[in-house]
Amino acid sequence: MRSNLRIIIGYIVAFALIVVFWALASWLIKSPALPLPWDAIEQFFVTLPDTFSHILISLWRVIAAMVLGTVLGLPLGLYIGRSERADVLAAPLLYLLYPIPKVVFLPILMVLLGLGNAPKIILIAVVVFFQMLVTARGAAQAIAPESITSVRSLGASPLQIARHVVLPSSLPDIFTALRISIGTAIAVLFLSESIAGSTGIGYYIMNAWSRLDYVAMFAGIIAMGAMGVGLYEILNIIEYRVIRWKHITKR
Amino acid sequence: MNPREPHTLTSAIELDDVNYTYQGIERQTHALRDISFTIASGEPVAIIGPSGCGKTTILSLIAGLIAPDSGKVLVNGTSITGPRHHTSLILQDYGLLPWKTVIDNAALGLTLRGTTRAEARATALEALHTVGLEEFAKAYPNELSGGMRQRLALARALALEVDIMLMDEPLSALDALTREELQDVLLKLWQRQSYAQVLVTHSIEEAVFLGRTILLMTPRPGRIRTIIKNPSMGSSQYRQTAEFYEKCACLRKLLIEENGRARLAEIGQPYEDGDDEIALMMAGELVDA
Ligand SMILES: Nc1ncnc2c1ncn2[C@@H]1O[C@H](COP(=O)(O)OP(=O)(O)OP(=O)(O)O)[C@@H](O)[C@H]1O
Ligand SMILES: [Mg+2]
Repeated sequence: MRSNLRIIIGYIVAFALIVVFWALASWLIKSPALPLPWDAIEQFFVTLPDTFSHILISLWRVIAAMVLGTVLGLPLGLYIGRSERADVLAAPLLYLLYPIPKVVFLPILMVLLGLGNAPKIILIAVVVFFQMLVTARGAAQAIAPESITSVRSLGASPLQIARHVVLPSSLPDIFTALRISIGTAIAVLFLSESIAGSTGIGYYIMNAWSRLDYVAMFAGIIAMGAMGVGLYEILNIIEYRVIRWKHITKR
Repeated sequence: MNPREPHTLTSAIELDDVNYTYQGIERQTHALRDISFTIASGEPVAIIGPSGCGKTTILSLIAGLIAPDSGKVLVNGTSITGPRHHTSLILQDYGLLPWKTVIDNAALGLTLRGTTRAEARATALEALHTVGLEEFAKAYPNELSGGMRQRLALARALALEVDIMLMDEPLSALDALTREELQDVLLKLWQRQSYAQVLVTHSIEEAVFLGRTILLMTPRPGRIRTIIKNPSMGSSQYRQTAEFYEKCACLRKLLIEENGRARLAEIGQPYEDGDDEIALMMAGELVDA
């Protein structure tokens, strides 16, 4: 069982630890570039009414991109994982394209789609798409053949095999991939927001930096961290609902 | 149940000169050689033979999961092209899906046929009741013991109205008493639903208790060595009869002999045919395949 109390206590302790080390570092360095944590925290709450819209737009970009990347990458990955014929072409394509840092496509996306939401969402979606594709492919290849045989012997169609075996057995790996994707998605989000446009928490941070307002900059960083925590916890709740069977084996 | 008997309308399963070779990555395995036999509808058959002789392969062929390289596999008189809805196959490892609850596992066959969820669950619950797993309906397979998993696999097969029941060592993970208990359950279910039943087993007693016809196979490439008739099976009291003991002793002797033959073959020694005759006489009514 996930105990809510334990999770909250965990966050409080972790937060306290970060504040302590941050404060120590700040005292040691004695530079305006690293303000004291409580100043930044205070600033975070003071400016929250202003930053709230930035946080919302950033959240929207990340969530939309993750949904888009998953909806496209998951079925395709599962398919090439199960079809040896599709994999003949897909595997080399994947190995060629996967290591390329997708941010190199940001300039061309901006030329094509402007400075608004579209290029940012698409860039993050591409990153998530590849991570999902690689994970889903691997998960589908690792399915126990007996599971497939058992539903096949019951006369299942390929679509039914996908629904009753391939998808559910891959879900634990899919959630791990999503968790990794949240980290990369936020990193790519920051980059794309800081390069183009005047909205989003990435823009807010870069803007504060260029004004040398380091307290505001760290308030933005706190907001970004809070965003990550929110996304991870949403994912945990969904995961706990969706793959209950996995939690039973772990006990 | 004579392998050379012409095909009649009442035959549920017919294998005619079937060969099957697995194409592995490194080598080919000739698993079955010239297998021919007929199983009448409603007939309970047991297959026994050394490990790796092709028993599971025979079930896969009948289930339509694989196609023979040569020869014919007929179910109800027609050549089989793929899995059919009225055959149930219980796999050696039970084939349960760990992400589905017990009741959803039991209902799986019906769900795949497009039965409504409520109806599938009602039927599945009945099947769970039959095997004594009703109270675990909402649990997951990983929460069950080995024996309970085997019962669940059985329930899933039962939830379907089938005319052919294929079972690959369905009771192997059980202690002796539970095993006999479930053998009785299998017997009752077969009597109630009268499907043609093919039971693969390594247990001599189980083969004699549940097989009205017992196919004894040779080591790889698998062939039918002997077909033993066992007409007196059919009640749980059969276990206590002298005939049961006799049949078991006879089957045991044939198996030992089969192993000896395999060992002789390994070291390149021909096998004396005369020894074979003695075994055949002991077995009573049997036919050499
Ligand atoms: N998927 C496969 N690929 C290659 N060879 C296989 C495959 N499945 C089975 N074989 C080979 O075919 C032969 C027959 O296998 P099969 O599973 O039918 O044996 P079995 O009689 O069921 O054995 P057991 O009693 O151990 O379950 C074995 O020698 C095995 O090595
Ligand atoms: Mg086997």
